[in-house]
Amino acid sequence: METILILGATSDIGIAIAKKFAAQNYHIQLAARSTAQLEPVKSDIEIRYKVNCTLHAFDALKYSEHKAFFESLTHKPGITISIFGTMHEEEDAFNDWALAEQMINTNYTGAVSILNIAAKFYISQQKGTIIGISSVAGDRGRASKLIYGSSKAAFTAYLAGLRNKCYKYNVQVMTVKPGFVYTRMTQDRALPKMLTSTPAEVSEIVFKGYTAKKNVIYVKWFWQYIMLIIKNIPEFQFKKMKL
Amino acid sequence: MQKKVSNWGRFPVIECEEESFVFAEQLKLLIKNDKPFIARGNGRCYGDSSLSATVISTLKFDNILSFDTQSGIFECQSGITLEQVLDVIVPQGWFLYVTPGTKLITIGGAVASNVHGKNHKTDGCFSDHIINLDVNLASNEVITCSSSEHTDLFDATCGGMGLTGIITRVKFRLKKIETSFIKQIQVKAENLNELFVLFEKYKNYTYAVVWIDCLKKGKHSGRGILTIGEHAGINDLNDEQRKAPLQLLKKKKLNFPFDLPVWALNNYTVKAFNFLFYLKNYKKEINSIVPYDPFFYQLDAILNWNRIYGKKGFVQYQFVLPLDAKQGLVEILNRISEKGMGSFLTVLKVLGKQESLVSFPKEGYTLALDFPIQNGLFDFLDELDEVLIKYGGRLYMTKDARMKPGMLAAGYPGLQKFKAIIKKYNPDNKIRSIQSDRLFLTTK
Repeated sequence: METILILGATSDIGIAIAKKFAAQNYHIQLAARSTAQLEPVKSDIEIRYKVNCTLHAFDALKYSEHKAFFESLTHKPGITISIFGTMHEEEDAFNDWALAEQMINTNYTGAVSILNIAAKFYISQQKGTIIGISSVAGDRGRASKLIYGSSKAAFTAYLAGLRNKCYKYNVQVMTVKPGFVYTRMTQDRALPKMLTSTPAEVSEIVFKGYTAKKNVIYVKWFWQYIMLIIKNIPEFQFKKMKL
Repeated sequence: MQKKVSNWGRFPVIECEEESFVFAEQLKLLIKNDKPFIARGNGRCYGDSSLSATVISTLKFDNILSFDTQSGIFECQSGITLEQVLDVIVPQGWFLYVTPGTKLITIGGAVASNVHGKNHKTDGCFSDHIINLDVNLASNEVITCSSSEHTDLFDATCGGMGLTGIITRVKFRLKKIETSFIKQIQVKAENLNELFVLFEKYKNYTYAVVWIDCLKKGKHSGRGILTIGEHAGINDLNDEQRKAPLQLLKKKKLNFPFDLPVWALNNYTVKAFNFLFYLKNYKKEINSIVPYDPFFYQLDAILNWNRIYGKKGFVQYQFVLPLDAKQGLVEILNRISEKGMGSFLTVLKVLGKQESLVSFPKEGYTLALDFPIQNGLFDFLDELDEVLIKYGGRLYMTKDARMKPGMLAAGYPGLQKFKAIIKKYNPDNKIRSIQSDRLFLTTK
């Protein structure tokens, strides 16, 4: 059976995706900065779904260690999914470069660093899948998502380029753009119920998209149309709006 | 985030802050805040036991930690539901020693309420099968306790409504089963006396529960259906069932889609419902082999069945009376039928002896009745409380939303000791619920 590597496994979406794929009989590799707290998740996956689950230390910001990290995986995953990301208050990040830099380097630079390594391996094998969790916030730059949105925009562009580059090597690259999701990242915000998904819903949609070999998927589907409208507002008008 | 929360009875409804955690470290950060809090699982207690200014949901803390399929020892975090546990253990030939009438409660909730089932006489309470458990105290110290270590904490945590701390991990023993089916016998009884005779006749069976029609008066008072059961062995099954004796038979759940208006629930509709329920068993005795799900969890098949009692919600009144206080049971049934405040599916069970500090079960008869919230209800229940006190009965805190402190004290002789243990482990009353304040368990 296939193995999936989950980068950013301590996030709510990471755990939900791990359990969804485990329920479908995939072996699971959980990668995160601190693996100790993932022990209960590992035992749960092994007992409930009777698949293998291993833990791997991985820090998105330590680019120099990424190559060794990927080489250390004795079973190479057939699917690599990048979920990790950071979101600070935009006003704080605007005033404090350290916060802005951390968002950019986690959401974009770190992701590019590790996915380049995975992509090279898959190209050499002429098979494999890369899934990147980006965001609808990357579809158009706006004040309330200044740094986060632009880091995700860059990540979305990278995934599109990678898909183009990998196509002829039979390597699938899927971009996932969630809208609002109920997670620890968003638990203090009041989110519109209709537009918000749970981590379990995200994992369902990701799994379906993967098996259907989709290129770009929105979670939930109507976000595609919401973003279509937002993308088509003329800039002279858009810049005056409070978004 | 401020949120409106109520439990299964949908009364009371409060505005509170709801927090959740996935990792043990996150729980510690939540507790460090100075706000008073109470743990909440799947919200299946009926009243205000798990309502507080801050509610800490355990639902995301739901991992299985170990499962020894040889010896039947299971260990998990507290937010997992019984349904999830059963999904894993039944196909391996194991079952819960003790389960209440719903599987939609968490393991943490099962401990905090120290639940009992239809087999209390043979298998006791949930706590009787616990090997040990962890409690995260208000001080953020985590203590492992059991019937042999930190016993005071263990005794006050089992049935203690979450007032000692947040239950984070539970390790317990499972019951070996050969099949996932139940050998069931249903017998109709004309009245309460006949029911008592039947209880005696079938006392050696593991599971027993009675549905009674509490609106019947006179010589039909206490008319009902006794359901008894045993785990079926492989030889009890037919050829079709024998192909997969440990299967999980999952039926699609129905949903009760709206709040029934108050006028729809009255004496006539309840009478009609009870009449049909009684009539559907056209024979005096029916023997059958049924999957475990409809035997144990009949009402779980209808999602949101609590909406049948309307928007204002309802309270469940569950009490136990000693075996020799049958007269008390008759008196309560008479008062209810006189008042015409009958409920659907009134459930009667026999409880066995139980050693415990504050857990509900003690030897006797327990009756659970639902009453929709209406004018005069609480006064009426206060009257019933007096009957209970007269006959040495007690009420189940898990179902309660209205009892007065005197009723609690009258029913639970271990209450002072319980309060002293809470004081020891929760000295600043940081862990408190609306119920614990109402019952003077956490007031200084």
